Amino acid sequence: MADDSMSGLDAVEEGAVSSSTDSGEGQGSTGSPDEHPTLAALLDRYPDEIVRYRLNAGDQYVVWMKPDRSHEILEWLKDDPDHLYDMMSDVTGLDYGNGRPVNVVYQMYSTTHKLALRIRCELPLDALEIDSVVDLWQAANWLEREVYDLFGVTFRNHPDHRRILMPDDYAEGHPLRKDFPLRGRFSRAEQTRRALNQEVERFYLAEDLVRGGAPQEVAAAEVGGAIGPSESDGGEA
Amino acid sequence: MSTKTVEFNVGQGREMGVGGAGTPSPLAPFDIPEPDIGTERMLINLGPQHPATHGVLRLVCELDGETVTEIVPHIGYLHSSFEKLGEYRTWNQIVPLTDRMDYLAPLIYNCAYVMSVEKLMGIEVTERCKVVRVILMELDRIFGHLLWLGTTAIDVGAFTPFLYSFQQREKIYQLHETLTGARITTSATRVGGMMADLPEGWLDQLVEFLDEFPKTLGEVHRLLTGNQIHIGRTQGIGAISAADAINYGFTGPNLRAAGVAYDVRKDRPYYDYETYDFEVPIGEHGDCYDRYLCRMEEMTQSVSVLRQAIKRLPGGPINVEDPNISLPSKTDAMSDMESMIHHFKLITEGIPAPEGDCYMAIEASKGELGMYVVAEEGSTKPVRWRVRPPSFVNLSVIPKLATGHLLSDLIMINASLDIVLGEIDR
Repeated sequence: MADDSMSGLDAVEEGAVSSSTDSGEGQGSTGSPDEHPTLAALLDRYPDEIVRYRLNAGDQYVVWMKPDRSHEILEWLKDDPDHLYDMMSDVTGLDYGNGRPVNVVYQMYSTTHKLALRIRCELPLDALEIDSVVDLWQAANWLEREVYDLFGVTFRNHPDHRRILMPDDYAEGHPLRKDFPLRGRFSRAEQTRRALNQEVERFYLAEDLVRGGAPQEVAAAEVGGAIGPSESDGGEA
Repeated sequence: MSTKTVEFNVGQGREMGVGGAGTPSPLAPFDIPEPDIGTERMLINLGPQHPATHGVLRLVCELDGETVTEIVPHIGYLHSSFEKLGEYRTWNQIVPLTDRMDYLAPLIYNCAYVMSVEKLMGIEVTERCKVVRVILMELDRIFGHLLWLGTTAIDVGAFTPFLYSFQQREKIYQLHETLTGARITTSATRVGGMMADLPEGWLDQLVEFLDEFPKTLGEVHRLLTGNQIHIGRTQGIGAISAADAINYGFTGPNLRAAGVAYDVRKDRPYYDYETYDFEVPIGEHGDCYDRYLCRMEEMTQSVSVLRQAIKRLPGGPINVEDPNISLPSKTDAMSDMESMIHHFKLITEGIPAPEGDCYMAIEASKGELGMYVVAEEGSTKPVRWRVRPPSFVNLSVIPKLATGHLLSDLIMINASLDIVLGEIDR
């Protein structure tokens, strides 16, 4: 755990906001599905998959969806000519703590219909798995890796399911979860010990090129042979 | 939407280049006899400490001769978990974290964050505050593009534009310093307004910069736009189609260079951007040269927006007049009991937010910058504060863009994406 000599911002001492309420339909406007054509269509086509919806921050519709058929529904939203959400702006995670489900949040935008939609899938803590949407939007590739890295959500069928911001061998867990302490799970001494005992050479091995073919040595004389059109890379006026 | 197609093919054909060297344009390709050499693949490690990666980015490349066949980017070297830190801070305490992400255009990040929080809380800022923020955001768009311009030119061997653009950047640094006291870590905004109103003489200093700057931009145009070496290094390099650019999540000038007219300022206007008269430059080939042209034109358009904003800047207060949101003046806090209580409550507790979430997208210099904040009922700290980082998504496209190009073109492609690692790693 963290050092005893913590000091500094009061807010830090107080700890993160952790929710005590149930995942509430709560206050705020529920809005009307007529105002958002996609929401109306979703309710019409997938009534059993839509858990609830809400109007947040004045004009932003949020749809809570069951995770089981998320890929199918997102694919429909992307390809259906009435909706065409061709831009996956953001995929991110959201953890309230206190055993509440982890959310995967999709921010989508349709460049054709100029319409934005936010979809949230709630994943119970004992089944943090959802289908990857990389096959639909390539933009989701690194974004989903980040959600896996920081929240521990597994994306099924992701082509390159690795950590992205934290080191591959990071052993302390998933940092953006509420049960992860701000200063990490290990003591400062343990963190320092691990950092100093790293085999630095390990990061410069050929295996780092995970998806590449096996590299081989090339003689220096052979390398000099290739000449490309951009060789004229000299100084300039 | 008004769009503008940028000029292309300025130097097509086999003309004499600078220094008398015949530099063929890639659009008029010529055959190079394939040398009969071995075809073993070689592994090259580029970065994390390398001047051409524009930060601590590591690219592991597999090469066939000089051709890149595989790229695996490694990021995270600058990761400081700003989003986690934000969950332990009150709404206003997060502002200093935002400008440490994109330190090349810090004011845009300051503004974007508080805009998102204000939208969540339903706070309508004053008219003066809106225009001041537009001024700051457009100024930092030029600020960010200038750094890209200088460093990208130097990556392909042109040293002079670097000096020109950094000379102009220094003037914006001075504007930052006069306004906020800091050159990079500006932290200029607060929920419901600004840290302070514009200081006296600041607008004159800005007008002076706006008078000077287009001349310098014109000089850089003359140095690069028709330059055979620059054209040879950029045209047809790292091209992407419009459909792919959208699917891969490109935003900002990178997306517009591919011919997609998506600009958050036009498509999802905020702060009355629909009433400003400016054009969104659109490219057609989606290559490095079109990205260059788009950004150059965007700087000109930003100058125009800045002039319009200065002209319409209204008087009046800069902060909302709600004692539960804005701090009272120092004099009031020291002499008036009521103000002192509000000051104490605001500092110790912060501003309570309603339950809900809010995603606010704005057009940053790098692309669509989204700030997603989630709050519980009455919470004075976010449950989650998420930054949708434009450079992060733009960089993830680099394996697609650079595979099949030469290693030296990889440097140009990486530079043309205009990434900043502080924001990618966060």
